[in-house]
Amino acid sequence: MAEARSETLVPASAWGGGASPFAMNSKKLGMWLFIISDALTFSALLVAYTYLRLATPNWPTPFHFSPSILFASLMTFVLLSSSLTMVMGVHAMNHGHRRRAVGWILATMAGGAAFVILHATEWRHLIVDEGVTPFSNPWNEPLFGATFFALTGLHMTHVIVGVLYLGVIAIGVGRGKFKPEDVEVSGLYWHFVDLVWMFIFPLVYLMSVHI
Amino acid sequence: MPLAFIVWAFAIVIVYVFLARLWWFPPPINQHGIIYDQHFLSTLLVTGVIFFLAQLALGYVIVRYRDRGQRAVYSHGNNKLEVLWTSAAAVLFIGAVLASTRVYAGVHLGRPPENALRVEVLGKQFAWSFRYPGPDGKFGRTDIKLINDAGGNPFGLDDTDPAARDDIVTSALRVPVGTPVRLTLKSRDVIHNFFVRELRLKQDLVPGMEIPLVFQADKTGVYEIPCSELCGLGHHQMRSTLEVLTAEEFRRWEQAQVEQLRQLQQP
Amino acid sequence: MSSPVTHHAVHAAPKGFLRRYIFSTDHKVIGKQYYLLALFSVFVGMLLSVLMRYHMIYPDAKVSWFEKLWPTGAAGGIMTPELYLSLMTMHGTIMVFFVLTTAPQSGFGNYFLPLQIGAEDMAFPVINMLSFWTTFAALVVLLAAFFVPGGAPLSGWTAYPPLSAVGEIAGPGQGTGQTLWILSIALFCAASLMGAINFIATTIDLRAKGMTLMRMPLTCWAWFVTAILSLLGFAVLLAAGILLLLDRTAGTSFFLPAGLVVNDQILNHKGGSPLLWQHLFWFFGHPEVYIAILPGMGLTSTVLSVFARKPIFGYRAMVYAILAIGFLGFLVWGHHMFVSGMNPYTGIAFSVLTMAIGVPSAIKTFNWIGTLWGARIRFTTPMLFALGFVSLFVTGGISGIFLGQPALDLYLHDTYFVVGHFHMIMGVAAIFGIFAGTYYWFPKMYGRMMNETLGKIHFYLTFIGVYAIFTPMHFVGVAGNPRRYPNFKEFEFLGELLPVHTFMTHAAFFTAAAQLIFLFNFFWSMKKGAKAPVNPWEATTLEWTVPSPPPHDNFGGRLPEVYRGAYEYSVPGAEKDYLMQNEPAVAVKE
Ligand code: HEA
Ligand code: HEA
Ligand code: CUA
Ligand SMILES: [Cu+2]
Repeated sequence: MAEARSETLVPASAWGGGASPFAMNSKKLGMWLFIISDALTFSALLVAYTYLRLATPNWPTPFHFSPSILFASLMTFVLLSSSLTMVMGVHAMNHGHRRRAVGWILATMAGGAAFVILHATEWRHLIVDEGVTPFSNPWNEPLFGATFFALTGLHMTHVIVGVLYLGVIAIGVGRGKFKPEDVEVSGLYWHFVDLVWMFIFPLVYLMSVHI
Repeated sequence: MPLAFIVWAFAIVIVYVFLARLWWFPPPINQHGIIYDQHFLSTLLVTGVIFFLAQLALGYVIVRYRDRGQRAVYSHGNNKLEVLWTSAAAVLFIGAVLASTRVYAGVHLGRPPENALRVEVLGKQFAWSFRYPGPDGKFGRTDIKLINDAGGNPFGLDDTDPAARDDIVTSALRVPVGTPVRLTLKSRDVIHNFFVRELRLKQDLVPGMEIPLVFQADKTGVYEIPCSELCGLGHHQMRSTLEVLTAEEFRRWEQAQVEQLRQLQQP
Repeated sequence: MSSPVTHHAVHAAPKGFLRRYIFSTDHKVIGKQYYLLALFSVFVGMLLSVLMRYHMIYPDAKVSWFEKLWPTGAAGGIMTPELYLSLMTMHGTIMVFFVLTTAPQSGFGNYFLPLQIGAEDMAFPVINMLSFWTTFAALVVLLAAFFVPGGAPLSGWTAYPPLSAVGEIAGPGQGTGQTLWILSIALFCAASLMGAINFIATTIDLRAKGMTLMRMPLTCWAWFVTAILSLLGFAVLLAAGILLLLDRTAGTSFFLPAGLVVNDQILNHKGGSPLLWQHLFWFFGHPEVYIAILPGMGLTSTVLSVFARKPIFGYRAMVYAILAIGFLGFLVWGHHMFVSGMNPYTGIAFSVLTMAIGVPSAIKTFNWIGTLWGARIRFTTPMLFALGFVSLFVTGGISGIFLGQPALDLYLHDTYFVVGHFHMIMGVAAIFGIFAGTYYWFPKMYGRMMNETLGKIHFYLTFIGVYAIFTPMHFVGVAGNPRRYPNFKEFEFLGELLPVHTFMTHAAFFTAAAQLIFLFNFFWSMKKGAKAPVNPWEATTLEWTVPSPPPHDNFGGRLPEVYRGAYEYSVPGAEKDYLMQNEPAVAVKE
């Protein structure tokens, strides 16, 4: 009898195998991992924006309180509220209120859609009225438009994808196909999109306010 | 088994080629080059010994512990050894960095001397141009709209600026021996790289940046400048030379250039 | 003693050719698909490298079939410098992305991670399938660049702007070809992200009972950390790719400063910075090279231990070294930019960190030799390749120590010394990892043994061949030979080095030809090799407890339970000289 069985058999730890550590299922873990990587993509863009902005002495600060900042604040408000409705949706689902959950998810989608519409209006205003494009603008710092449209555009894409994603979830929940976890996972995505905006809003809008 | 001998053979050949310097740096022509070579040699020595010992050990275990029916030792490792070689490697590596910082600092962190000769270096696909400020000691105004390679104006010198009119533009870099030179590296289109082997110096030319590079060549001669950053299909043809002249030769050359410019500009 | 059985729903294998072999969600099929994609890519990449080597020493040679392949790039059968550069770009891109990121991680990892940790499949089988087909699309898009007007891009696998950003005026291939290159890389990023999520979730959630982290085979550790590196690295490359694409197509100026005059044309850009791309690219690029080597390191550790019949020396140290390499890998990207015009103080900081990453690499090397010390080595083909890996890793790693010092890099940067460095360590050490893996796991994947004699011949020819190709690169590098030169006609000092290049070219022909032995052995053994038993190498990990090849659901619905670490060889008192991970503790003789 010797060292051959020196180790004890199955240690009782979440990391001992045969269990999911963090007590979360793979789907949720997968979404978290996606969020981490997506956060890095956004960080890279934000770092690029910061780098270029610091290297440009006369970065334009064209946003007036009205309408740009008011508008952006309204968008922020809409998006934040939609995070709240999402929380309600997840909550309802966790308590087995399927119908109510669908309602909250639809409300969240409405918030997202409103955000997109407001944002599109804002883009239209900038492009048509102010003459800002990705490659030129009245202030002769083309990078202003480039970084603005790249950052907000990527974010808007995320919002649109999120609305579609929530749509799928809403239908699935309505038909009784999806479980509470599925709603929770979609909620994670939605909150992440919201969080990203909370970086973009100050960095892109508030720091470019005309004073 | 044969593997051990092959590994040893390669180790010996590699060490031999480096020791015999069958292919080697050209002789240095500046102080930095001399220090560089010393540092390269000491790195080579240390890593060479480690390289040789590591390959030797690999060959040794292959021969010594081949399957001859013996029993393999049952061991999960040895923490003392781990700590030992971890700290040994750490000390060695950090030592190398510290030693190298001295060499690096000499190039990039020193201040250029006041009396340095100033030359602007311009890279473009696929040629080098050099600009001297001329007798007035001032680089004149340039404008990219005036760039005209065929007309001998790669910098786009603006002739309405008197300071620009006496700027000397050449396609080879000529410097006097034993004098500090302060280059300003610029590129017009893509990234290029200024490399003189004998100076042991290499620096990218990045569009949108003006990168300083200071050196002093202590030996006369002609040295090749190969572009060393991929810049397109003519990258391998982007050649110029560094001509280190005696002070007298340089003065005469500069004078001739000034004279020539003056004649050209006579109405 | 509880029985090592967990009951699980039995998966039925899907019916129909498409669902089974093409759009399969079985990790084993996907693993093989990845492997074969890499195998195809490596032969394309190798063919390109042979053509490159040929052009370098015979730049004016007329070869009629060149013209058939590249009607404009090789008009009249003479290869142009721009064609050389696009071959080089495609060679580097294919090798780095579609071979070294694909075979060891996505190929072997997909096949063996679930088997080694005792899972039925990956965590997200459908995403797994999507990730393979996205990779496939990326390869198709990349290769398409050869066939568009202007041909393949010529800005190298690093695609530095402005060269890569200003379009056709910078050279042929910089138009559509470069755009396709970026699209291909973006697709590849997306695929790698999906793969990474799958690997991490699988490793965290699906380990069998008793498979604690510290009992995982080192291969699993390597795949796990590699997946983390991919998750973070490719996310940033994706962002960089988007910006570059915008610069090319939407007229933005992220990487383009003011005052550009390219090909006599004044460009209307302003404010951007070419160095920004380099930072973003290398933030990905350096972790990428560890993505390429970590799986090979894990595999080498396992193979050395199996055929040394000894436990791995310093298992914990190995795990910590992998983690340290993964972590430090994100902090050293600046060592590719020592001469880029970046702030010199930053250079010194990056240099210290670069040297720090040498320490865990050193730990690994010493532990490998420690594993072999006191061993009883069986010289099978996989073992030979693993030993070759160690030799090449040391050779290639040591040249990294020169490059990691900014002072020395001041001369060596962008010379063939760098080319020698990365071919030794990546071009062949990591490739040797793939070879070792192929010979080691082929019996499990295809149910037949590969031919050992052919394997050994292949090993010796390749080992000698690659040293012969890549060692002299260091010599010409020290003599100052710049890289990315299609020929050496313009410079006097390069003329003197031509004989060395001629030697390397012949060595490359020789080595490339030797790979045909491998190709033959691979496909011949698939059909005609001796039938493989369950555990031909007498190894201890879980993949060797199931039939070769494993059934669709891996463990037949009974997930294994694990009782010990992965490297229990020559345990004193045990009957056999190895103890399987899932063997319950048995009474052993004194
Ligand atoms: C698998 C890929 C791989 C790996 C593992 C490495 C490993 C290392 N690399 Fe390499 N590298 C590349 C792939 C890789 N590299 C590529 C592709 C490029 C070029 C990209 C391009 O421009 O196209 C490159 C370029 C490159 C450069 C930039 C050169 C230039 O362009 O100017 C530098 C500079 O620091 C560098 C350094 C290092 C170092 C210090 C290590 C270390 O991790 C090595 C550590 C290993 C050892 C040291 C050996 C074993 C240890 C011992 C035997 C112990 C004792 C040793 C001593 C005490 C010396 N590499
Ligand atoms: C994995 C990486 C890898 C591999 C294997 C190779 C293999 C080879 N490389 Fe390559 N090379 C690169 C990565 C690689 N290269 C990179 C990144 C660049 C830089 C590009 C740039 O500058 O942008 C480069 C550049 C490069 C140059 C420099 C060009 C220049 O600067 O002008 C040269 C020159 O000789 C060269 C030659 C070769 C040769 C002769 C081979 C081979 O032919 C050697 C023989 C091949 C083998 C021994 C491997 C065979 C493997 C198999 C047969 C099967 C494996 C199985 C599976 C994958 C499933 N390569
Ligand atoms: Cu200029 Cu290469
Ligand atoms: Cu690196």
